[in-house]
Amino acid sequence: MSMLAAVVQRDLRLAWRRWPEFALPPLFVVLVASLFPLGISPSQAVLELIAPGVVWVAALLAALLGLELLFRPDYDDGALELLALSPHPLAAMAASRIAVHWLVTGVPILAVAPLVALMYSVPLEVLGVLMLGLLIGTPLLSLIGGIAAALTVSLKRSAPLLALLVLPLCIPVLIFGTRATALASSGLSAAAALYLLGAMLVLGVTLAPLAAGAALRISLE
Amino acid sequence: MNWTWFHKLGSPPHFYRIAGAMIPWFGWPAAVLLFAGLYGGLWLAPPDYQMGDGFRIIYVHVPAAWLSMAAYVALAVSAAVGLIWRMKLAELAARNIAPLGAAFTLLTLVTGSLWGRPMWGTWWEWDARMTSELVLLFLYLGYIALHDAFPERRTGARASAILALVGLVNIPIIHFSVEWWHSLHQGATITKLSAPSIATEMLVPLLVMALGFTAYFTAVVLVRLRVALLESERDTAWVRALGADDV
Repeated sequence: MSMLAAVVQRDLRLAWRRWPEFALPPLFVVLVASLFPLGISPSQAVLELIAPGVVWVAALLAALLGLELLFRPDYDDGALELLALSPHPLAAMAASRIAVHWLVTGVPILAVAPLVALMYSVPLEVLGVLMLGLLIGTPLLSLIGGIAAALTVSLKRSAPLLALLVLPLCIPVLIFGTRATALASSGLSAAAALYLLGAMLVLGVTLAPLAAGAALRISLE
Repeated sequence: MNWTWFHKLGSPPHFYRIAGAMIPWFGWPAAVLLFAGLYGGLWLAPPDYQMGDGFRIIYVHVPAAWLSMAAYVALAVSAAVGLIWRMKLAELAARNIAPLGAAFTLLTLVTGSLWGRPMWGTWWEWDARMTSELVLLFLYLGYIALHDAFPERRTGARASAILALVGLVNIPIIHFSVEWWHSLHQGATITKLSAPSIATEMLVPLLVMALGFTAYFTAVVLVRLRVALLESERDTAWVRALGADDV
């Protein structure tokens, strides 16, 4: 446990010193979100309809941004090999790294999501569901991304490959996330969709670190 | 239980011989079944009372769809065997199933689209089954791309095996999420081929075609595996001995 805390602390400190790392994802979300009204239509009705989808897709893409660097620096300087040699399981290390990825990209995205919703004039009760969905869904994006990042850590140019691996696996998150807001905006209870997102998060938290740990082990061979 | 047969199957020269002997046993039935199925489907089966002759594309579409999914399960099982027992043969099998599975998935999408144009009036409908088939194609392509991105083949095989297993866990989730999503947007306004109401003259050729496709798939996988084995084992004594026999 103390090892996990140490790894999390170190990674957070590193992220803090490279501040663009956590400043860019939310900026990216706002940027992408401001393209849609220009590209489709600034009419209120259209924007309200597409708002949750835009926020979710932007969050998905933003989660992809820092993924390449999730394990790469440690792989390059050999720290990953030392961690693999330590008596602690690599899965635990992967889990703590994924947690840091969520803290550094997911939480800032959560912070700007209301702003985007405001730009799209999303009603307040839908905004609550959107935020709840993002709160459950963004860790899932980090978990799925963590597996893919661990698989591709030893490859030179992995960004396009990462997109190909991560995006299809994230489709259920996108569907349930936007489904929840669609239910909320038609006045129904969004609980079912949120529960399903929660179930997927439980599945992801239990399985994804194991898969990522195994993938790291293979990448180090 | 005696597991010798299992480990023996993993031995390249042994498998090479068995596969060589098995190929005709799948290849010829595949040819006969496909011919019979096509004849039954295209000539013997009566035209559909609603869709006319347009429905006949199901004799390619449905078997291809069945194989696109079965091939993914075969791929994931081979990948798991390769990952757990480090069996080189299973790793090769997974990689050689992948392009075939992707091809069947693409065939399913293309035939579905060709059928959809006259029947539904669109080339593409964001229908639940079509969408999950499209995602399946992405999964196949991701598997192939990841496998081949590694300079070392066995590392690529082991890394992509993990991806195949993650995909296997995800496929049911993707499928049901897409199905649910679909029900939100549009009701069942499109009448599909409803399975129970299909006439026997139409059903029999369909089953024959499905069997034929499966036999064809098995035969082609075996041929591909033999070639892949020769390539990866080209420096070993048994492959050299094979070459000496032929010369």
